[in-house]
Amino acid sequence: MNTETVVEYLKHYDGPEVKLMEVCGTHTSAIFKSGIRSLISPKIRLISGPGCPVCVTPTAYIDRCIEAAKTEGHTVYAFGDMMKVPGSAGSLSVAKGEGARVELMMSPLDAVAAAEKDPGRVFDIAAVGFETTVPTYAVALAAAEKKRLTNVRFITALKQTFPAVSWICENEEGIDAFICPGHVSVITGSDAFLSFAERYRRPFVVAGFEGEHILAAIYEIVRQLEKGEAKAKNLYPSAVRPGGNPKAKAMIETYFEPGEAVWRGLGAIPASGFYLKEAYRRFDGGSFGLDSDMELPKACRCGDVIVGRVSPGECPMFGKACTPTDPYGPCMVSAEGSCGIWYRNTF
Amino acid sequence: MKITMAHGSGGKSSAELMKTVFGTYFHNEILEKMEDAAVLDISGRIAFSTDSFVVTPVVFRGGDIGKLAVCGTVNDLLMMGARPLYLTSAYILEEGLESDLLETCVASMADTAAKAGVKIVAGDTKVVEGSGGLMINTTGIGLIPEGRDISAANLREGDAVLVSGCLGDHHACVLSHRMGLENDIQSDCAPLNDIVDALFENGVRVRAMRDITRGGLGTMLNELANTSRRGIEIEEERLPVRDEVRGFCGILGLDPLYMGNEGKMLAVVDGADAEKALAAMKGTEHGKDAVILGTVTAGGGVVMKTRLGGRRVVDMLYGEGLPRIC
Repeated sequence: MNTETVVEYLKHYDGPEVKLMEVCGTHTSAIFKSGIRSLISPKIRLISGPGCPVCVTPTAYIDRCIEAAKTEGHTVYAFGDMMKVPGSAGSLSVAKGEGARVELMMSPLDAVAAAEKDPGRVFDIAAVGFETTVPTYAVALAAAEKKRLTNVRFITALKQTFPAVSWICENEEGIDAFICPGHVSVITGSDAFLSFAERYRRPFVVAGFEGEHILAAIYEIVRQLEKGEAKAKNLYPSAVRPGGNPKAKAMIETYFEPGEAVWRGLGAIPASGFYLKEAYRRFDGGSFGLDSDMELPKACRCGDVIVGRVSPGECPMFGKACTPTDPYGPCMVSAEGSCGIWYRNTF
Repeated sequence: MKITMAHGSGGKSSAELMKTVFGTYFHNEILEKMEDAAVLDISGRIAFSTDSFVVTPVVFRGGDIGKLAVCGTVNDLLMMGARPLYLTSAYILEEGLESDLLETCVASMADTAAKAGVKIVAGDTKVVEGSGGLMINTTGIGLIPEGRDISAANLREGDAVLVSGCLGDHHACVLSHRMGLENDIQSDCAPLNDIVDALFENGVRVRAMRDITRGGLGTMLNELANTSRRGIEIEEERLPVRDEVRGFCGILGLDPLYMGNEGKMLAVVDGADAEKALAAMKGTEHGKDAVILGTVTAGGGVVMKTRLGGRRVVDMLYGEGLPRIC
């Protein structure tokens, strides 16, 4: 079906209001960039889920990274969007201004290369991400191991998508269907969503990242809901295989094991994080017990925004006390955070 | 030879550096008088601008800091409708700088100044502690010909918005160097005299111009819209971006709308002159890829019609525009 027909259908949809959650920050961003909300009926509501790894990181984690960066003889390597996330006292970016050693990385291998050159210094990698990014940390760890480096550490806040989606299905009534993350599915495979559709009786549709892909997924979901169906479907078969990427999965399993993780706004979810296995703990930079997330102002509704209970505009701090240049919650910081995207779209 | 603190002492080494490096490339009757200040004989409406240049690496594909330091200030003068005439050039050298590298930048500065039709009439050099870096400040003066009234406050409903070429080249080039990414992306660093001259020579009624530097097109459009209290509507499909740059941005999570350029400009012209302006731009060396991007509207803010026919707000750049994680 061509995109014009899909748009025509979705524009004139006049059935019961439906709430679709996209679980991937890149989808959130693509929806905004393609102006998809302006193309579909207001009765189809798109809710941005906990799909931005930066947005679900608790304050204690940021504090730990800052502590490491301020420790004599340590340098922290972090991805760009981690730089501005506020901890309980400033961000990595602020800490850097105060003299802490923080470097932007394009890949965790940057830190491994630096560690090899400077054996007298410890390089802490701020390892944040979902299934998509975890293999890159595994590759970096394998490299560090092979080079017998003893000065590389991983401060991890790694998350698994599926337990979070389960949590939402079990705790949030309002979400009618899920647009499933294309990048994550490349690793995990689309089969992983089959059982979800059966267990939670909602459509789960894997989508690519072009505007057309997302529109096609919305159409598939709306049609399923109209017919009372609840199927898992892979609309991104060019990149997502049913079984995913076995090599990447094996890399993850070699070095990491599941454990309880704290998601900002959702709280602790069992087996939703990845931690270094016992045999590789010597590479850990203090990732355990980083569960406190009490430092945000009471009015901050980040947690409610992440699960779609409120839209960003309904948070009392939105656009007033909390803006992209002076963010409180991480949803406002990241380019993929719902609040940041919402702000840029409405102000 | 490496630059040492002695080169900034004002003594013999300084004089030697002046003579062998700067003296070899910078020549004109005003500078050569070697007075404490340049004396300039100009009258009329003057445009006056200053900018400091810091870039890593100092030499990149398509340019270097010397070329950049001329283009940046010259383009700022041009954007006010002025004819750039004179530049000052102040160098801050870090100890340990290779004099060959300095010479490369000075030579390219002289070459670019000649192309842009400006004379470097005053200068200064200091040496500071550091690690072999190089920074340049240039200040420029230009004369605004009679009858030109260019201002960000001039936008009127129905005006056409043009952009002179592909977005993000300089930013993507410099970032690629810094990250060690191999590609063929070239900086667009260039003085834009040819485009501005072509617009005025063809009688285009120009309302406002901006060179699209840091902050990118998205930020410049917002500045114009806000200053003029008008809206701007642009079309995504018309945005000129090279495939390599688009790919580069896609991988890093950057948006070409917010990428800096050093040889691209935005022009807002009377709606009736849109095609004339486009033809004038396209006829120049630096404006070959020019497009009409959109129009000025009565409302406020900047809106983009997306490729799919949707609409989205184009806001200013917030913060640094850092590459994102996934």
